[in-house]
Order: sequence, then C-alpha cells, then structure tokens
Amino acid sequence: MSSDWPLWEVFVRSKGGLAHRHVGSVHAPDAELALAHARDTYTRRMEGVSLWVVPSAEIVASDPDQAGELFEPAESKIYRHPTFYDIPDEVKHI
Amino acid sequence: MATVAVDPRTEYLLRLGDDSLVLGQRVSEWCGHGPVLEVDISLANLALDLIGQATLLLGEAGDGDKLAFHRDVLDFRNCLLVEQPNGDFAQTIARHLLYTTWQHMLLQWLQQSSDKFLSEFAHKAVKEIAYHRELASEWTIRLGDGTEDSARRMAEGLDWNWRFVPELFEVDEALRAAIDAGIAPDPRSFEEEYRSAIAGVLTEAKLDQPAEQRPILGGRRGHHSEHLGHLLAVMQFLPRTYPDATW
Repeated sequence: MSSDWPLWEVFVRSKGGLAHRHVGSVHAPDAELALAHARDTYTRRMEGVSLWVVPSAEIVASDPDQAGELFEPAESKIYRHPTFYDIPDEVKHI
Repeated sequence: MATVAVDPRTEYLLRLGDDSLVLGQRVSEWCGHGPVLEVDISLANLALDLIGQATLLLGEAGDGDKLAFHRDVLDFRNCLLVEQPNGDFAQTIARHLLYTTWQHMLLQWLQQSSDKFLSEFAHKAVKEIAYHRELASEWTIRLGDGTEDSARRMAEGLDWNWRFVPELFEVDEALRAAIDAGIAPDPRSFEEEYRSAIAGVLTEAKLDQPAEQRPILGGRRGHHSEHLGHLLAVMQFLPRTYPDATW
C-alpha cells in the first residue's frame, strides 16, 4: 500500500530559466518511480519541462512553535523593504 | 455492422487502431481501482495515450466512432494479447511490457514508413510508448525482484500472457500486402531484438523466462478469446443504447 512507501516532495520547473517550484507530493517505493509518479500526477497538462523529487524525510523544517521568535521580529522592520526610494522616471521595469 | 477491409492500408490501420483501442479500454478498467492513488493516475494516463492513438488510427481508417462502437467481436482486428484480462497489477504490467516493447519497436520503424499518415502518427506515438515501455519494465523489475508474493504474481502474469507473443510476429497475407506496399515493417525483422530486450528485463527482474506454450493466433482475422466480447459490451453499450446521445 502507498502508506508503506516513502513520501517524496515534487518540484516542477514550468519553463526554462524559471526556478523549480514545490507543487505537492507523491508516494513511491524509490526515486525512479517517484519521478514517474510525479510526471503522471503533476505534469499531465503540460505544466513542466523539468522535475525534481526529494525524499520528504530529508527536508528540515522550522518548528511552528518557534514561529514567533523566527518571523514576528521582521514585522516591525518595514524599512527593510526598498519602498523609501524615489524611482527616476527613466528607469523601467521596476 | 460488418466491416470488411478493402485494402491492405485500411486493414493495417484497423489492426493498429484496434490494438490501441482494446488495450486502452482494458487499462482504463483500472481507473478508480488502482492499488494506490499514484498508480491509479499513472494507469489512467497510459489508457488515455492509447485511446488517443486509437482515435487517430481509426479516424484515418474510416469513421472512428462507428468503428469503435458499432462493430462486433468478429470484426475486430486487434491481437489477442491486448484483450487479455487485467488480472492483478502484475498481470496488467506483464501484458503492458510484452505489448508496448513490441509496439515501441514497430513505431520506430513506422517513423520511416512511406505512408505519410503512419509516419507522422509514429513520430507522435513513439514518445508516448517509449514511456509505457520504460514504466512497464521498471515495474516488472520491482515486482520480480521484490517480495516473494510480488515475484510469484509477476511470474504468473507473464505466464498468462506469454502464449500470445508469437501472434505479434505472425505475417499473414494481409500483412504481407502492407509490407510489400512499403507502409509496414515485417515484424520478424525485430523479433530477435524483441526477445533479447524482454530477456534483459526478466534477467534484471530475477525472473525465469516463461516456459514456451502452444502459441495462440487468430486475433488479426477476428478469432478472439471470450474476453473481448465482455470488454466490448461495457465499452459499446452506451452508444448502442442511445445512438444519438451527445454530452
């Protein structure tokens, strides 16, 4: 059964030059079939040109209980956003 | 409606189209019943590839929907291998390995067919079927070289389907005409390559080659196993009961 199989996180590159983005996960007995399952599950509507699969167990995640100390301090530091500059009119695409 | 092929090209299109249609219908029977969600989706994708191929091939042979839904068993020209029942997952994989390895070699040749339609069709389908062959090989290796139970099931699945392999390399009068016309290859030209490719997968899967059995032929001439009628009944009942239904 799939619960006997390890879980793999799936990343898809939608086109050349863009980064791989996390799209979901699949169960599979090994890396090769994880790629096949990822291909069949997440790229059947032409979503991608490249796939990564990573064993979910290998991902190191931050502890939700630490969210306060990790992320809240950034909330009061709006000066870290580059919004206090006047952009000259000649500069496009910003 | 009896459909008697009038020329070698139409006959050949029917053979390939019926192979894809019947195998596609068979594999689609797994939809909602796959052993795990990922395999369910994977099998449904394989079925859709095959039904897409059938749409193109039967559409070129005539009225695709009429050919698919309004012919009876005796008019179908598919090989016996593709109509064999799914059995368990291993038996389905065995059938897929044996058929798509053959189909992949055939499509590689057909890319050079003198027939423009067949050549263009093959260029598209060969990529799909390369994946089918690869996936079936990978699963054969994992099941054969897996647990005691999976190895036994894989061996039994191969054993069930093995007697239908010789038909893939049979050259009858109708195929001879298509070969002479330059639109189809003589399948015997890649039989040795086929046998050694299958042997390679079985070796890697730590499986013995099934014992040779009396070959069963006749599908190409409409002599089918009992299984095809049941498959057609499920596939055809709706358009036959409501011939003008649209959705």
